[in-house]
Amino acid sequence: MKRGISILAVVTALLLSLALYEALIGAPIERTMGDVQRIFYYHVPSAWTAFLLFLINFIASIVYLIRRNPKTDILALVSAEVGVVFCTVVIVTGPIWARPVWGIWWAAGDIRLTTTLVLWLIYISYLVLRRFSTSGQTPVIAAVLAIFGALDVPLVYFSIWFFRTQHPSPVIGGGGSLDPRMAHVLLINWAAFLCLAWLVSWTRYRLEVVKREVEEAQALESLLEGSR
Amino acid sequence: MNSMHYLYAAYIATWAIHGTYLVILARKYKKVRREMESLRK
Amino acid sequence: MSFFAITRATLEKDIRLEWRSKDAVNAMLFFALLVVVIFSFAFDPTAEESRRIAGGLIWVAFLFAAVVALNQTWARELRNQVLDAYRVSPAPANPLFLAKALGNFIFVAILEALMTPLFIVFFKLRALGETWDLLPIALLGTWALVVNGSFFAAMSLRTRSREIMLPLLLFPISVPALLGMVNATSAVLSGEYSPRVWIALLLAYDVVFTIACLYLFETVLEAE
Repeated sequence: MKRGISILAVVTALLLSLALYEALIGAPIERTMGDVQRIFYYHVPSAWTAFLLFLINFIASIVYLIRRNPKTDILALVSAEVGVVFCTVVIVTGPIWARPVWGIWWAAGDIRLTTTLVLWLIYISYLVLRRFSTSGQTPVIAAVLAIFGALDVPLVYFSIWFFRTQHPSPVIGGGGSLDPRMAHVLLINWAAFLCLAWLVSWTRYRLEVVKREVEEAQALESLLEGSR
Repeated sequence: MNSMHYLYAAYIATWAIHGTYLVILARKYKKVRREMESLRK
Repeated sequence: MSFFAITRATLEKDIRLEWRSKDAVNAMLFFALLVVVIFSFAFDPTAEESRRIAGGLIWVAFLFAAVVALNQTWARELRNQVLDAYRVSPAPANPLFLAKALGNFIFVAILEALMTPLFIVFFKLRALGETWDLLPIALLGTWALVVNGSFFAAMSLRTRSREIMLPLLLFPISVPALLGMVNATSAVLSGEYSPRVWIALLLAYDVVFTIACLYLFETVLEAE
């Protein structure tokens, strides 16, 4: 286990460095936007990673409700936390990219960014629920919330899409086809961020396992002390 | 060239966000470590 | 007893109890009025501007009034250990949830009915579109808030800062419904476009989440 994490850490560091070089120097300059467009190489892979992590949370939540395995609950918690971190990156880099290119920080009709924002809000409320819940069955309640969130996402997407047809606005993510060299850099950055997500999640997972064992031991000890 | 500031801001922000989370994890780790020690006594 | 019989019995009991102790009800009515008045001080638009922003203003006001009502959804059940009884008994808990949601729906609808004339007066509102379309919008929109609100109120029972937890959970999930309500209302007020698609969205939202709430309520109840 320990060796696995070390190897992953080294691979991640290497990939991230390579990806950074490619993003800033290796990739060609974009015609219309110039160098600012390079934000794209951080913004997009972070979004894909965040969505992947939220998908893992959704699946883990369903599996937990069926099997009630505590390890599955830890997976749900970890993927939600790391997902929120990557999602934060997306909604921070989005406006930073939008401002010089479109002159505005935010466009309410931008379907991808707004959907991401709502997803971020839903998962923040998920994490707050986990933190503030005093019930012994927090994992169950959190899992139910995750399912509600997942049911919500298509509705959110559609509502913003329809909103956009009535309030046209710039598409911040940029559309259109991609230069193959840019696609190459994009994929390298995605691979690097996926490894980072894996590394951080793995670490967080192990931390949570130990944390829960400690809490159990503490509870046991205070029980025993009471009976002395 | 002003737009370059935005590029740097975005990259720095990204790493600041990841860094903050890693700091939070490190603190959690220390806390768990401390609790484990006190249990061992 | 059948599902609907239990629902009706619970609902009637709730209404009777609320009617007898008018304190909470009166306080909430007054709160709803205050919200409208505050909004009228905060915003003073012309009739033309009103039509564009009133949709948003009204539904935000309704949302806050609804949260106040939703926060006390399970208060009585908590006080009297009713939920424990449901947990222990083999009877399904869904009728209880449905009764609660319906009770909240009636109450919030009454609040809205009181607030609307005030809004019309303060904001000089006059619908340019099909006024009757406002009825399905109000019904579907209110149900969207109330069904999830009652469910999240149950989820928040064992949390610290329960009163804040409810809106915190409710608002993000309600975004599509809020967009639907606000834009449909603006569509009717301005008459510029048809609210049909938004009404369809509200209907879809209501169906999806009513089923989800009914399906998962027992799970949440057992977990408390």
